[in-house]
Amino acid sequence: MGVEGIGAKVLRKEDRRFITGRGRYVDDMSVPGMKYGAFVRSPHAHAKITGVDVSAAKDMPGVIAVLDGKQLQGDGIGNLICGWAVNSKDGTPMKMGAYPALASETVRYVGQPVAIVVAETQAKAREAAEAVMVDYEELPVVTKAVDALKEGAPQLHPEAPGNLIFDWELGDKTATDEAFSKAAHVTKLHIHNNRLIPNPMEPRAALGHYDPAEDHYTCWTTSQNPHVARLVMSAFYNVAPEHKLRVIAPDVGGGFGSKIYIYPEEIVCLWASKRAGVPVKWTSDRTEAFLTDAHGRDHETEVELALDADNKILGLKVDTIANIGAYMSLFSSSVPTYLYATLLSGQYDIPAIHANVRAVYTNTAPVDAYRGAGRPEATYVVERTMETAARELGISPAEFRRKNFIRSFPHQTPVIMNYDAGDFEACLNAGMEAADVAGFEGRRQEAQSRGKLRGLGMSCYIEACGIAPSKAVGSLGAGVGLWESAEVRVNPVGTIEILTGSHSHGQGHETTFAQLVAERFGLPVDNVQIVHGDTDKVQFGMGTYGSRSGAVGMSAIHKALDKVEAKAKKIAAHVLEADEGDIVIENGEVKVAGTDKKLGWHEVCLGAYTAHNLPDGMEPGLKEGAFYDPTNFTFPAGCYICEVEVDPDTGVTEIIQFVAADDFGRVINPMIVEGQVHGGLAQGIGQAILEGTHYDETGQLTTASYMDYAMPRAWDLPMFKVSTTETICPGNPLGMKGCGEAGAIGSPPAVINAITDAIGNNDLTMPATPEKVWKALNAVQ
Amino acid sequence: MTDITMTVNGREVSGSVEDRTLLVQYLRENLGLTGTHVGCDTSQCGACVVHVDGKAVKACTMLAAQASGSSVTTIEGLAQGADLHPVQAAFREHHGLQCGFCTPGMIMTAVDIIARHGSSLDEHTVREELDGNICRCTGYHNIVKAILSAAGASQPQTMAAE
Amino acid sequence: MYETTYHRPTSLDEAARLASEMGDEAKYLSGGMTLIPTMKQRLAAPSALIDLRHVGDLKGISVNGSSIRIGGGTTHAEIAASSEIQSACPGFAGLAQLIGDPAVRHMGTIGGSVANFDPAADYPAALLALGATVHTNKREMSADDFFVGMFETALEEGEIVTAVSFEAPEASAYEKFRNPASRYAMCGVYVAKRADGVKVGVTGAGADGAFRWSDAEQALSSNFAPDAVGGLSVSEGDMVGDIHGSSAYRANLVKVVTKRAVKKALGQ
Repeated sequence: MGVEGIGAKVLRKEDRRFITGRGRYVDDMSVPGMKYGAFVRSPHAHAKITGVDVSAAKDMPGVIAVLDGKQLQGDGIGNLICGWAVNSKDGTPMKMGAYPALASETVRYVGQPVAIVVAETQAKAREAAEAVMVDYEELPVVTKAVDALKEGAPQLHPEAPGNLIFDWELGDKTATDEAFSKAAHVTKLHIHNNRLIPNPMEPRAALGHYDPAEDHYTCWTTSQNPHVARLVMSAFYNVAPEHKLRVIAPDVGGGFGSKIYIYPEEIVCLWASKRAGVPVKWTSDRTEAFLTDAHGRDHETEVELALDADNKILGLKVDTIANIGAYMSLFSSSVPTYLYATLLSGQYDIPAIHANVRAVYTNTAPVDAYRGAGRPEATYVVERTMETAARELGISPAEFRRKNFIRSFPHQTPVIMNYDAGDFEACLNAGMEAADVAGFEGRRQEAQSRGKLRGLGMSCYIEACGIAPSKAVGSLGAGVGLWESAEVRVNPVGTIEILTGSHSHGQGHETTFAQLVAERFGLPVDNVQIVHGDTDKVQFGMGTYGSRSGAVGMSAIHKALDKVEAKAKKIAAHVLEADEGDIVIENGEVKVAGTDKKLGWHEVCLGAYTAHNLPDGMEPGLKEGAFYDPTNFTFPAGCYICEVEVDPDTGVTEIIQFVAADDFGRVINPMIVEGQVHGGLAQGIGQAILEGTHYDETGQLTTASYMDYAMPRAWDLPMFKVSTTETICPGNPLGMKGCGEAGAIGSPPAVINAITDAIGNNDLTMPATPEKVWKALNAVQ
Repeated sequence: MTDITMTVNGREVSGSVEDRTLLVQYLRENLGLTGTHVGCDTSQCGACVVHVDGKAVKACTMLAAQASGSSVTTIEGLAQGADLHPVQAAFREHHGLQCGFCTPGMIMTAVDIIARHGSSLDEHTVREELDGNICRCTGYHNIVKAILSAAGASQPQTMAAE
Repeated sequence: MYETTYHRPTSLDEAARLASEMGDEAKYLSGGMTLIPTMKQRLAAPSALIDLRHVGDLKGISVNGSSIRIGGGTTHAEIAASSEIQSACPGFAGLAQLIGDPAVRHMGTIGGSVANFDPAADYPAALLALGATVHTNKREMSADDFFVGMFETALEEGEIVTAVSFEAPEASAYEKFRNPASRYAMCGVYVAKRADGVKVGVTGAGADGAFRWSDAEQALSSNFAPDAVGGLSVSEGDMVGDIHGSSAYRANLVKVVTKRAVKKALGQ
């Protein structure tokens, strides 16, 4: 592998600029003549707009333009769309309500943009935004999905009667009912999966610049997928045709899903730049982020698990209501369906599964993918239910899981997925050993002597990553293909630029991707530059989400490197008068195997460009591109074990130990992989014990700042014990599965299983705040 | 408008700003020192931490006018030329950053913590003293390791095997 | 933030004169740890800010035997790090160390915090329990008289908190239960034991701001031990209830946190 190749802990190339304050994020950008945008936002969760008076605002000092929704529509800017079509079980298409970038008739959640002010300074823009007088006629409000389905509930969109977007199912209902009819034991549970607000530390921002001389737009934006942003803004929102629109996502400060979507603000900044005749920059403040970034999760689920007399699983029934918020965000429909119900088999051999999902509009911020996206919800359902069943039956949760593990691969589940490889028992054993499960009883007693309650909980998760085979997702309703592209440009001196459609916003691509070159040619990673995030530089890409940059993005690079390698070998064989098959490239040298004949890598590269001595008919240059379309999802899996101590007097939970034993397939850079797991665990533990999103009955978000939304701090978390086992993924050339989301997927049920174990009451919802735990404890004492 | 003069990263700067200008705005917009970030509106995230007269403060919660006459160090002023400050080097060595957005404030806070505690630092104290710095990427694990390492303090027991 | 003007006096007299010139929309700015965030959220719009950080008369800590006097402009970090306070009244230094985070402690001052009287601020619990005296540029008064209710103090327009003074007790300690989101006190209790009795100050939990828990004072005065408050009850009706904790939960916290403060004061 070499010191910087596959499997090596290579320190990150990108760190130097971040640790010296030279990162370049969107809000750091400035262009000549740039002015500032501020949005007028709805203070109401549901209201008709009866008038917009901009006259006072327009007259304020420093104000350049005040633009509203009617003007936006008048200029032909299209409504926002959801790009994944999901049909109801009766065959009818999902019912998508109109979602304009600036509301002109009705507002449906607090914070929805109504108008934009462009002014000389940010402060002046904000002051003028306050002076825009919007007349509202308030309408009744509903914030909970369960309530929105009720008879007589306030209605959000005329397109969606009863607020129901779709009533969808997956699996065989008849077979599942039949399985339940034979059950010796049925475990039933109500599951609440709490709404989360993603909170990447960099708030969203957009800088729109229209150049009238070229009739060309440039958009700097906080995006995980700039090419998708350009595509959607061109094809659906009519901002500009693709060749007249350049989208740049420079350094982006975390995404976690929330920066996949194309939001109203970047569209409006581009449009306003043309209208106002100046470049317009808008940067979200944190409260705007809370109000308007797409939220995550928010499911209510009834689950039933059928077991035979030998404690083998016969079937699983799941009925879920998913809160989609006030509008359908870009991929919102796929999250509670194809990214959720398809994972309900977990790590277990379940003969029959039926899932029903109803997606519902409410007067809340739109809900879309957030780290894990559907898979955490599925894992929480499965792993809470498994733990509960084991407790009801009085058997070891570990042995119960072991008994039902899938053991042969490939394995076709009843819910679409075909698991290609895995060894669930290996993860379970590794996790139990690292967590010293055998010694837990002793630790529990020791804690008891100090007046504390110890609990142990586990979770054996599986997820589907490497999103996704284009043909498969196309057949399931996706509006795009989910391949990735790469281009490898070898310079005449032998250094290399890799252009990738993946986008790094913390994942360390500049290092990991360069390691592929180190592995392949034995070149130092410092000789490799990774170029991403600019539609003018990279031809196309689908971006980074769904733990796809390794399995899909790097596979594309791998393919392009194959081509480069083949051409370099041809050139070398020609120059060295050897057989092409005898050429090997290692340690930066191109050699004829078994001889001392060789060329330096740089000599071959220079030769490709001087073209003085190339094989007949060969084009000069050394530059190759590739598109890679995966053949299957990948299936990372693992075993997470959490040990907690509860203070019975206050209900405070302390995470004493957290063990993660993951199988991510082949690991390129273990340091980066561990970092990804740590971050995912923090978000999962945050969901389990800290992060609660509250809307009051009028639809006001009462957790709209860090004063009220509990972000995990250093103090809330332990040192993590993480390790990996490895089954190679057969579906891609690198054998990778993906590691970005696992921590957030696997950890919430482990935490809740541990707390409920500690307090002896299984009736506990996330986030398990001190008060909830205290009450649950008092309820059983 | 008010006239201000201060030393920033060893260089004297002066100018005239609106009285309401925050120190972070002055650094970012007037001086182009964009390494100091803004991550919240409630003075809790710590992305904006700089040193004023040698002490960590939140540049989003101080007016530029308040800092007039003071000496300010930002993340850009920490390294000596090409030589990284030991805390910067430790963050890289221990992978204590991912997206990099909280990192400048995290490093400036870490330098301050180490200055006050030195090698007597332990995991408990580091976590307590990071109460005003939020990171969404790392789960803090590697940040804690980096700070302990830069302080020359011993790592937590659970880490001994690593 | 709305427009404002900034002024930097160097003496108390100059500060007071500026305040009277600027009118009732002017505000004193000390550490600014509450005022500036409030202004950023456009919830406060003072026409003028009078910076007290350069007023020499507000600086300094003096400890004479058990008599402690802390200038209003003293920061939380200075109080926490003061070896004199640490030895005369370690409970008080410990409280200062628990305020906010390091950056907040470097800027925030005791005078600013006391004058603002946030219902979740830490000092009021201590000042009530210590029977402290609040000094202003016009007069001095007991903490009991100074703290009136929720963000309301006895301060008159233009009046500046110049110092806080108290006699160190035999034993004292502060215990804080943090709100998981804001990290402010959801319940903070300061207990102070003297020969003539025990006083208990509670912050963060009460519906009307910080208060003295007289039942606990009686119980602890006869038996300074954690269990002494075990049989007491706290009225839920007097407690704050919000999304972070119901009034019932806070009533429980008052008891639990008081017990822990007593334990800490006893060095257990």
